[in-house]
Order: sequence, then structure tokens, then C-alpha cells
Amino acid sequence: MAEVAFRRAIFEALDEELADDDRVIFFGEDVARAGGVFQVTPGLLERHGAQRVFDTPISELALASAAFGAAVAGLRPVIEIMFADFLTLAMDSLVNQAAKYRFLSNDRASVPLVVRSTVGGGGQFGAIHSQVPIPWFLGVPGLKIVAPSNPGDAKALLKAAIRDDDPVLFLEHKRLYAATGEVDGEAVPLGRAHVVRPGSDVTVVTAMKGVQDALTAAEALAARGIELEVVDLRTVRPLDVDTVLASVARTNRLLAVEEGPRTGGWAGELLARVAEEALGELDDAWRLGAPDLPLPYSPPLEAAAMPSSEAIVQTIESRPGII
Amino acid sequence: MARPVPRAVSEPAAAPDWLELYRQMVLIRRFEEAVHRLFLRGEVYGSTHLCNGQEAVSVGVASCLGPDDLLAATYRGHGHVIALGSSAHGLLAELLGRATGTCGGRAGSMNVVDLEHRLIGCFGIVGGSLAAATGAALALRRRGGVAVACFGDGAANQAYFHECLNFAKTLSAPVVYVCENNGYGEYTPTEAVTPGGILPRPEAMGIDSCQVDGQDMWAVRETMERALSTARAGDGPVFVEALTYRFADHGRGDPVQYRPEGEMERWRARDPLTVARDRLIAEHGVALAQLDELDERVEREIDEMERAALADPFPEPDDSTREFAGG
Repeated sequence: MAEVAFRRAIFEALDEELADDDRVIFFGEDVARAGGVFQVTPGLLERHGAQRVFDTPISELALASAAFGAAVAGLRPVIEIMFADFLTLAMDSLVNQAAKYRFLSNDRASVPLVVRSTVGGGGQFGAIHSQVPIPWFLGVPGLKIVAPSNPGDAKALLKAAIRDDDPVLFLEHKRLYAATGEVDGEAVPLGRAHVVRPGSDVTVVTAMKGVQDALTAAEALAARGIELEVVDLRTVRPLDVDTVLASVARTNRLLAVEEGPRTGGWAGELLARVAEEALGELDDAWRLGAPDLPLPYSPPLEAAAMPSSEAIVQTIESRPGII
Repeated sequence: MARPVPRAVSEPAAAPDWLELYRQMVLIRRFEEAVHRLFLRGEVYGSTHLCNGQEAVSVGVASCLGPDDLLAATYRGHGHVIALGSSAHGLLAELLGRATGTCGGRAGSMNVVDLEHRLIGCFGIVGGSLAAATGAALALRRRGGVAVACFGDGAANQAYFHECLNFAKTLSAPVVYVCENNGYGEYTPTEAVTPGGILPRPEAMGIDSCQVDGQDMWAVRETMERALSTARAGDGPVFVEALTYRFADHGRGDPVQYRPEGEMERWRARDPLTVARDRLIAEHGVALAQLDELDERVEREIDEMERAALADPFPEPDDSTREFAGG
């Protein structure tokens, strides 16, 4: 089976959807002629033409606006917001227009748009080019949030996002772009988590780069007789609580590993949902995240503020009753 | 992006039925008056923003649109909704929070959506309509349509305005931006917060821009026909500043202490309905009695609509509060 890089998987999904459906268009800052600052989309312009793949001014609000209006009027736009930190500038159109339109129209209209955006720390881009701004959008009904961890899921989920009739925020972790993996072309529906490693002692729920960290931690802990069950959320909104509940029923312990400040994140939401539905199953439930601070720049400071496989091992070993 | 490919241009509109357009203006005026009454009685909830005084823009703009065109309006959008042919009863029921409302009571006054009648929507955030129309133009250019954004003078200070105009000009998108300058952004005079005025802003981007007397529906139509045909031909966005005046307060809670003495009276003398009546009599051979009769007919229509809408049922919470299936 073909091993491809994460960024190539994203390219393939865009390329195939542009080829399959004339309504799909793709635009953003430096995405067409230059192929994007993360070099995900070189060649798309040549393959699909300037009417469907084009560069825009540096205007995140206009980008989101154009995607919203185009979606409402019959296209299926995909836009790239270079760094997800810039989503603040696009917020009104995404939150007050795209996310609410279907509801306000009494379900007579829909907004099939995808916002691709790069998230995450680990690259020393500093506080305003490294965030994982899921909490900004988590409380917005009408938006879906996709956060893949590997090339196969990335391709399948991006294709599903483009085919979805509602707005989807598609987050790409910048530390994953070079990661390789199998891309088998199998469809993956939005909103479905995946148990990537079975285990009996602790359920570790995470997404994106956190999945590899959790798998590495699982190997280390297995040597000490602790078996982690690793759940890759894949979609953060809607949260696949059922898959997590089924896992917790087996392990009775839940650790949510989220990159970003703890307060207001999806990990807190997940713990609340599990507590509401299965408190009796839980012997322990906690979060590993970052302190409520902006992400620092200097490599040792940045590393200390991010979840890692070592931090996962450490937090699990520190819980009472595990060993 | 390259110039759009050449495409078929829609058939030119037939000569308008001026009396019908006048009727629409009267309908909008009486509708707004009814909404105000119902609002004071507590039947219309939340907030309403009436467009009394700006009817010539609503009707002038909407009546020029072709079947493939779309329009985005603002929270002061009742006039546009009605002028586009969306059901006035549906709109009133929407404001009354009824199940029979255009959006089933989900939207209310500021957020009405009716794509079937070419209304992308009314947008509650100042400048939001520019966004919707700018994006819609990317889709409409494929089928020879034009997107129209209506917005107030206050929007000229929003990021939406500057970003969308620049975006549309860069892509030669077929959009007509119609700024309804009614002299006030909420309670603040436009000139106090809009250095250099509005028109120089699109002009600085090289956008074809003009001003029009927004009290005169004939003038609005003439300008819009030209603007639409420029945009339709692929010559990029066009900007129209319609000078108008709102006779109503901004919205609920408006202190109405900001208008200089005599200003309202001066604008009242150029009430778009009066301007229209004068022109119909002088230039179109319509008799005064004909207009009076039409006015009375509209008044009866509104009375009947009000009675009927007030008898309409409220929606069941189950209908409008189910969660999104997928998030």
C-alpha cells in the first residue's frame, strides 16, 4: 500500500474533489501560484485552472466571506487560512454567518464550505502562529471541527468535509505535514472517533499530533505492564462520546490529552460528557494540557508547555491506583 | 485571477410597471408602520429597524434584478425582503415569532433568509451583507448573475467593507455595492465618523462609483440598471451611494435627540412616496384618485395581513430547537 506524506494526502483530497465536482473551488493567500507557505498545494492551479484555484489578497475576513457567499450561492469552496491563529480575523463570517445560516433559513439552505488551517506548536513560531484554537469554535453550533492525525485519515476526512453540506473547520497540525502513512482511499465519516490501540488500563483520548505521542507513551508503559487504549477523536465537533464511553467501560480510567491551554478546551467538554453519562464507570478522569498561558517561543519553554509522550507517561504513572 | 469567461447576458428587463413599483413602496411604508404599532404593543419582540424613508432604494434596486441575481440586505431589510417578492405576510409572521414566518420564527427581523426569492439574507452584523454578496458573486459569475449588497453608511467603517471591496475588485467579481447613506450610523452623524466621505473609498480602489438620489426610485433604477450591466459584463464591481434618510428611529431605545432642527422636515418634503406620486402624475399620466385608491387598497391589505398573522400559531419548541445532526 502506498505510503504518502500528510501534505501529499491533503493535496490528493483537494485534487480529486476538484476533479470530481465542478462546484469545488479553492482559494487563499499564496496557495495557487506559490502552492502555499506549507507547500501543500503546488500544482493545483496548473491542474484545475485559475477560475477554480486562485490567490487572494491578505484578507482573512474577505476570504471567509467569499467562501460563505459562494457556498450559499451554489459552490463548494475550500479556503486556506494560513495559520489558524488568523481565524480571529475571519471569525464574524464563520461564526455569525456560515454556522448559523442553515438554522436561520429554517433548514432550506446550507453552507458547504471548508476552512483548511494550520495549527499547533513545536515549530517555534511563537504565541500567535502556534495555537490550536479549537476552544474558540467549540461552542458554536453549526460548525464541524476535524483534526486528523495521519495521512490516511487526513485524505479521507478532507474529502468527507468537502462533500459535507455544512461548514467544516479542517485543522492540519504543522508538525504532521512531513509524517508519512498509508493512504488506502477508504472513506472515513465525519464525527467518528477511532480506537487506534486497544488496551485495558487507561483510555487516552487525543487528536492530531497527540495521537503519535500517546502511541509512543503506550509502548513505554506497556513495558511496565500498563496498557493504554488510545482513541483518536479525528473529529472534535461533534465529539464522538459513544466511542469514548465504550472504551471507558473497558478501562474505567480516562485521560484526555489536548494541545493548548486547559480552560475551555475540548478535553474539559469530553470529561463533562463522560461524567454525565458514565460516572459510575469512572475510577479516574483527568486532563493533560497546557497551562493557561500563551505558548512561549524559546525551544525549552515551548517544549515544556506542550503535551508530549514523556508527559503522558509521567502523568499516568503519577495517578493513584495505576501501578 | 483572470477575467471571467464571456457568457450569455440575461435578457434586458421589460419596461417596468411604475404603478406596481409605487404600490410596493406604499406596501413597505404601511408594513413598517404596522410593525411599529405591533412592536409598541409587545407583539413584535426584540429589536426592529424600520426603513421608512428608504423605500425608493429597496424597490429601485430589487426591481432591476434579473432571475439569476441575488441580494444581501441588512437588519434594516424589510423593504428589500418585500421588494424582492418574498411574502409580506411571511415576513410579518416571522416578526411576530410565528410558525408561518418566512423562517419559521427562527430568524426574526434581523436575520431573514429567503433564497427562493433571491434574498441571500438580512445580516445583523454591520457589513455582513457585503460578505455574503461578494462571495455569492463568485458563484453567480458562472451563470451570468450579479450579487448585490445593500448596507448602510455605518458599514463603510467596517473591515468587511474594505476587505470585500478590495477582494471583489482584485477578482473582477460581479457585485454591485449599494450603500444606503441615511445620514446616521445608529445615532451618530455619518460625517462625524467617516473622514473623507464614503465614495472616495471605493474610488481609491479603482471601483466604478457613483452617487444617486435615493429618494427618487426612477433615479435609483437608472443607476442600478447601469451598475448591473457593468458588473454583468465582467467589468468588476460597481459602487453606488444612495443618499437617503430614515424617518424612523434607529431601533428600540433610540433617544432621537440627534437630528438637527428642520432636518426631518426637509427630508419629509422629499419623501420617496411623494416624489413617486408627483412623477407618476406628471410623467406617466396617472390620476391622483388612482393613487389614493391604490393607497387605500394597500392599507386594507396590511390590516388584513396583520389580523391573519396575529392569528397564526407559534412554533412548537420541538420544531426549532432540535440540535444539529452533525454538530
